[in-house]
Amino acid sequence: MANRINREQVQHVAGLAKLEFTDAQLDAFTPQLDDIIGLFETLSEVDTEGVEATSSVSDQLNVMREDVADNWGQSQALLKNAPDAARGFIKVPAIIDESEDN
Amino acid sequence: MNYFKTDLASLHADLVAKKISSKELTQATFDNIKATDPKVDAFLNLNEEAALKQAAEIDAQGISADQPLAGIPVALKDNIVTKGMKTTAASKMLADFTPVYDATVTEKLAQAQMITVGKTNMDEFAMGGSTENSAFKTTKNAWDQTKVPGGSSGGSATAVASGQVPAALGSDTGGSIRQPASFNGIVGIKPTYGRVSRWGLIAFGSSLDQIGPLTHGVKDNASVLSAISGHDDHDLTSSTQAVPDFAAELNEATSVKGMRIGLPKEFLAEGVSDDVKAAILAAADTYRKLGATVDEVSLPHNKYGVAAYYIIASSEASSNLQRFDGIRYGYRAQDVQNLEDVYVKSRSEGFGDEVKRRIMLGTFSLSAGFYDAYFLKAAKVRTVIMNDFKAVLKDHDFIMGPVAPTPAFGIGAEIKDPLTMYMNDVLTIPVNLAGLPGLSLPAGFSNNLPVGMQLIGRPFDESTLYKAGYAFEQNTDFHLQVPTLGGQN
Repeated sequence: MANRINREQVQHVAGLAKLEFTDAQLDAFTPQLDDIIGLFETLSEVDTEGVEATSSVSDQLNVMREDVADNWGQSQALLKNAPDAARGFIKVPAIIDESEDN
Repeated sequence: MNYFKTDLASLHADLVAKKISSKELTQATFDNIKATDPKVDAFLNLNEEAALKQAAEIDAQGISADQPLAGIPVALKDNIVTKGMKTTAASKMLADFTPVYDATVTEKLAQAQMITVGKTNMDEFAMGGSTENSAFKTTKNAWDQTKVPGGSSGGSATAVASGQVPAALGSDTGGSIRQPASFNGIVGIKPTYGRVSRWGLIAFGSSLDQIGPLTHGVKDNASVLSAISGHDDHDLTSSTQAVPDFAAELNEATSVKGMRIGLPKEFLAEGVSDDVKAAILAAADTYRKLGATVDEVSLPHNKYGVAAYYIIASSEASSNLQRFDGIRYGYRAQDVQNLEDVYVKSRSEGFGDEVKRRIMLGTFSLSAGFYDAYFLKAAKVRTVIMNDFKAVLKDHDFIMGPVAPTPAFGIGAEIKDPLTMYMNDVLTIPVNLAGLPGLSLPAGFSNNLPVGMQLIGRPFDESTLYKAGYAFEQNTDFHLQVPTLGGQN
């Protein structure tokens, strides 16, 4: 079990993704991710020597447009979607970890 | 009223002739949704007050013959933003989110004077194939309420299939329009990448996502696609290609005579159920009888599509979903000590399991030391898959095959096994990777559950798919059968 990705690696990736998991979740996720990464590894069977990578299938290239503001002046409606707001600003918790001061 | 025995052209004729007003039609639509939705759970939110007001305004102006969709109700998947109307992507993260602008497709439907009656359920952020990943409710299949409707556009598919609306919009990143259309016995199209603007579609896999319509019949589908297509300055991947009046090309004379159709042997291989295989082989015979040639062809790298897709789509998703950080909008965790806590706890509490799985897979595939082996490799395999399609479509007008390997499965049957769930998309995913149009339409039944057929075409050649779909529809009766929702039909 879990030979492609282990618990510690899952925790490392979770850190990069700004997610956290309980022990029970890690127990469930690790083998699932391991199975899926096993599927990913089947791609090594495909010969891609000299093949270009595809990142877009759009038929448009380097499209230019005027940089004109539209749909502005909606700060009140936007602030309604903020989890917390005061005096026209989005309010966030103190960003300095007070527990680190001790 | 329900929409089982009508189509957009008849509704339009009745509205123009004033046999019914748009307000009456809209009110009857809400009455029926309220009566039937407790059984199927297709809708997340209804837009009753604004819809009735809009309908009354349209009635007051009068509906003329050159406004084919005016005054007719439509439903939108809840990842398509609607100004002033809650849009959640079926996520706890956006449970209270009200957009300040309309998606381009929302605007285009409003210009066509269609009436948005509500927002439909889906897998959270369009990730899933059963609508069981919704944070709010599980939609049921219109034909059997113990079965899934498919996903991720399961709410839109069930809403159409159960007669609640004549048309709905969905989005398709790896099969999310075609598979639920197939599971519900209706018509759905994933247009060519770039045909429809993605502006205002909550992003999942930006190089794969397309919006498209779900309807009862092919011609209705064609009408709605023409209305929502076209270049948009807000989406620089949207194409400047001219948009045909697709429905105008469909009539009694529409024929597949002389067309060459490719049937990939990989599409009937292991994993495809006997009933699905039989339905597709019978459809191939129908096309032969109608004067087309059906050749066995090969898409040798089709089986690698699922692996390439789950790397590419998850990588794009992990990037797109970084914006959900608990600061400006969306869910914010309460018990936090510092900024890092706001990010981590808000995301961990706000996202469901499948979304977290995709973010993890994407972050892993893009992380230092793994990028070349996973993301870059998948992007190259994508090219190889595209070349397979190009080779077949060079001398074939379109490709036919199943949409999904099986009919709808049971609610709860696969949700605990992500890999099995992912493999359901083996026949739809390659079409997104290649950016091609794919049409799903009814082609049979298996134990009273619908079986769908998929037609895949050249870039921007939705016309051929609609013609071939329409010719099939004219010569079969699968699309005329409707579910017995409480015996109401």
